[in-house]
Amino acid sequence: MILTNLPIGETAKVVSIKGNNSVTKRLMEMGVVPGVAVKIVKTAPFGDPIEIRLRGYSLAMRKSEAEAIEVSE
Amino acid sequence: MKTLEIQSPGTEKSAIQNPQSQIVIALAGNPNAGKTTLFNALTGLKQKVANYPGVTVERREGVWKLGENAVRLIDLPGLYSLDVTSIDEEIAHDVLTGKVAGLPKPDAVIAVVDATNLERNLYLVTQLLEYNIPVVIALTMIDLAEKQSLEIDTDKLSSLLQIPVVAVKAAQKQGIEELAEKTLRAAEVHQIPRLPWLTEAEFLETVTEEDIHLSLSDDAGANRKIFARYNFISDVYQEAVKAVETTERSVSEKIDSVLTHKFFGLVILVAILLLVFQTIFSWAELPMNLLESGFGALGEFAKAQMPEGVLTDLVTDGIIAGVGGVLVFLPQILLLFLFISILEDTGYMSRAAFLLDKIMSKFGLHGKAFLPLMSSFACAIPGIMAARTIENPKDRLATILIAPFMSCSARLPVYTLMIATFFAGQTVFGVLSLGAVLMLAMYALGIIVAIVVAFILKRTLLKSPPPPFVMELPPYRLPNLRNVFQNMFQRAGLFVKRAGTVILAISILLWALTYFPRAEVPGSKSQVPGQTEVSVNDEQPATNEAAQIQNSYAGKLGHLIEPVIKPLGFDWKIGVALIASFAAREVLVSTLSIIYNVGKDADAESDTLKEAIRDAKNDDGSPVWTPLTALTLMVFFVLAMQCMSTVAIVRRETNSWAWTLFMVGYMTGLAYLASFITYQGGKLLGF
Repeated sequence: MILTNLPIGETAKVVSIKGNNSVTKRLMEMGVVPGVAVKIVKTAPFGDPIEIRLRGYSLAMRKSEAEAIEVSE
Repeated sequence: MKTLEIQSPGTEKSAIQNPQSQIVIALAGNPNAGKTTLFNALTGLKQKVANYPGVTVERREGVWKLGENAVRLIDLPGLYSLDVTSIDEEIAHDVLTGKVAGLPKPDAVIAVVDATNLERNLYLVTQLLEYNIPVVIALTMIDLAEKQSLEIDTDKLSSLLQIPVVAVKAAQKQGIEELAEKTLRAAEVHQIPRLPWLTEAEFLETVTEEDIHLSLSDDAGANRKIFARYNFISDVYQEAVKAVETTERSVSEKIDSVLTHKFFGLVILVAILLLVFQTIFSWAELPMNLLESGFGALGEFAKAQMPEGVLTDLVTDGIIAGVGGVLVFLPQILLLFLFISILEDTGYMSRAAFLLDKIMSKFGLHGKAFLPLMSSFACAIPGIMAARTIENPKDRLATILIAPFMSCSARLPVYTLMIATFFAGQTVFGVLSLGAVLMLAMYALGIIVAIVVAFILKRTLLKSPPPPFVMELPPYRLPNLRNVFQNMFQRAGLFVKRAGTVILAISILLWALTYFPRAEVPGSKSQVPGQTEVSVNDEQPATNEAAQIQNSYAGKLGHLIEPVIKPLGFDWKIGVALIASFAAREVLVSTLSIIYNVGKDADAESDTLKEAIRDAKNDDGSPVWTPLTALTLMVFFVLAMQCMSTVAIVRRETNSWAWTLFMVGYMTGLAYLASFITYQGGKLLGF
């Protein structure tokens, strides 16, 4: 399932990062690689971007960017 | 001293006598890892800030005294990775490979690693190790990690990574000596660990510069490499760190639940922005007035002390007035940077971008563009400098190019004069003052045009795929006051130093335009024909100044551009004021005062100036100014790029005359077009 479909407060494991562009590269550099656990923390007041938590820190990204991240519960 | 034993006496001596063989150490680390605090602790006040050649990345360098060794300490920009995808990363790459002129390849790198965020911080370390430079880890925020129930075994970490790890508390100067010792030894021994992920990802044992570029051209390979690095880091982390799971929410999460709350988050954001705006708008007024009168007094003093003549006029009216006109902005710049530093240091800046990105991205701007644009309502100069917080060059350029549309405080005297002269005491719908409505309309016009221009620019000249928003939300921390003040003064210093030279040159040029050629020596009353002798005596000083302006190059230019500005309803006298106001917008008021003979010191509230403007007649006896002319002039001032300080700062921040001239050109073109539509349209409608 895609990360944006994960309900707020839930944790899931990253399975793969789809695509090969500057966004996916940046996401991986920031530690979003297959195998890591991520938690959806919240969405911004206007519904976008979202905040996730992984490896003990908080990362914000737009929903369009989060769509590249496939997770499994 | 212990540190000296490591160095053989020979190297030590040559390091001092020959700068070529001086030890160079680079300081690298993630943003928010405590790198600046450590840099300050190591160098004290012995540091200098400049820009790397050709770019606006700040280059910080300091002298780190190690016994008798004076080490050159290079503070690299804050980095998450070294993959040469941003300017910061490119600069860091150039420094680490010895490509920056006058800067030898570093002998060792100190990697500042935040203990509370170990895994992601170690990512940069794994990349640094590929540069074939010895790396020493300075582990910061240990006490915070302990509070979060993270137990880090530094010895274990060191043996797994095969590099020294030193826990430091920079603010308390703890661990500094050990760090010094280990760094010097690392630079001396130059032993590079062979780490497993290199072979795992089928890379050569030591990656040379060519290899880094090769892997970059192959993106899939680069992604595999990232994965391999993180795999290695996860293993290290599991062995060296004991984390106790807590269900308790951290302080940061509690603060965040309020500050990014769907409703209160926005209310607080608006309140903070209002405070910043209010501060740079009104609190800066007193020091600005003091500076202004100070420079006025200095000019008077110089005038009194020096013999009358061209040189004195150049010094007082050209140099002192010109430089003073720029330095007057200093209080606003200092205050804005004080706020920016605090907002950045506490971690709030990224939250504000998080809150606003949805709205800003609709116009093709980054969430971080809000602060530069907000600040530009006070003054575009600090606003444009604040755009440095936007990493993507095209986003940053778009923000810089539209920032001057925000109605700055220098436009206020112009709006005030026009409204007071032609629209005072009138109301709309019986309750609203027409002046207030017009004032608001001018601000709105600037904002709307800025949005439209940003929208167009991002789809044409600055077209680029939407830049990744992917951004860390750092934990909230108390700002380090020393870092805040240092940041504030260093940026202000850059402004004074670089912008000052260009502005000085332009002020002298504009002064010369109004000063030369000299009118004939006053006294031969025949110069002012058609007037009685009494009135000539009464008005002599003002008349002479007015006559001087008429005959000057500026006056001739005013006549020259009259055919161009005639369709806007402006005569040559307004043309002269327009030319002069390209130095700074508020100069319009004093120039009009000179032209209409009411004395140089008149201000926007001066009754005589208002009357003079209302009484001004064309050759055919019709009034020069109508309410429509006044409105047209206001529209022109909303849109035109009339501020040499802004031009100078845009040149400095974009590092390109082409973009600077493009900005002056398109803004002034738009101003002309909008004024033309206003005036001709208004005439058609019968105003």
